[in-house]
Amino acid sequence: MLSPKQTLDTYFLEARRDLLEVAALLDRYDESVSREGHNAKDESKLESLREAMQLLAKPDHTKSNRAEQLLTHFAKIN
Amino acid sequence: MQIIQPHYHAIARTAQDYERMSMSGVVAVCEPAFWAGFDRRHPETFIDYFAQISEFEPTRAAEFGIRHFCWVAVNPKEAENVELTNEVLKQMPEFLDKPNCLGVGETGLHKSTPNEIAALEAHVEMAMKHDQLVLIHTPHLSDKAHGTKTVLEVLSGMDVNPDKIWIDHVEEETIEWVLDAGYWAGMTLYPVTKCSPRRAVDILEKYPTERLLVNSSADWGPSDPFTLQECIVEYRRRGHAVQEAVEIFHNNPCRFLGQNPKWDIKPIRITEE
Repeated sequence: MLSPKQTLDTYFLEARRDLLEVAALLDRYDESVSREGHNAKDESKLESLREAMQLLAKPDHTKSNRAEQLLTHFAKIN
Repeated sequence: MQIIQPHYHAIARTAQDYERMSMSGVVAVCEPAFWAGFDRRHPETFIDYFAQISEFEPTRAAEFGIRHFCWVAVNPKEAENVELTNEVLKQMPEFLDKPNCLGVGETGLHKSTPNEIAALEAHVEMAMKHDQLVLIHTPHLSDKAHGTKTVLEVLSGMDVNPDKIWIDHVEEETIEWVLDAGYWAGMTLYPVTKCSPRRAVDILEKYPTERLLVNSSADWGPSDPFTLQECIVEYRRRGHAVQEAVEIFHNNPCRFLGQNPKWDIKPIRITEE
């Protein structure tokens, strides 16, 4: 099992990469809206991502079950 | 589709990588001199390394129908050793005359120390004196923005031709500075620590592509020569035409590298019968 420091040191760069991909997706969506002059008719996937990020940003997760919560959250999206 | 891999550390990769790259359409790779993962202690070690990438490695690539070109320099990490750097610099001109050597690189900055900056200046001066192309490494991760600004400040104080300078490893926060200053900008695609194929395509869609180069680098660390092909697939998946892809992934390297007459691969245009 990894120590707290080892956990951060081992996975920080991969998490950074993954967050950059999410940021780039949101930028890509904005660019496409700007280019085409309209939003997607159904923005529920976008809203779902924003809600997921809000969930992750909460400081207290006493059960350490963020992944489980996200899976439940994303299950609402078809 | 014919592809050029403009930044590739072949000595750190296997013959199988060459074989697979050849099967995927790579017709040429360019190998800048870089850090070996440890600090070399002797100038002679660099000289042997330069001989390896200018004489032996082309024969290994040729077995798979791939042209191999190289660049020579003391990389920024080892440039901290002033005595070693100066000794290697003295012997570099003989390698600039090698038939597959395209210029001076990769020089640049790592921690942007005074010694690194002095070495960068010396490399660029040598390149301009010998009418060579220059490939400049910019730092990774949290040092990138500061290091890239410092590279641009150093260059702005020198008598250089921006057409002949490629500043590599740009990402979203640095690309505008490089393009606005008139240099060529390279995106290096790494699995974790640099730009990703998807983000690179975002950049290709956002900025003028005339001075953009895309590469995998691919060395002895966590890297993958096929991030370049991933980028091409992503670019095509978004609806860009084959010729547009050829312009970026084949013709742009030809246009930049072709400023050195040793580079004899010409831009291509796809036509229908």
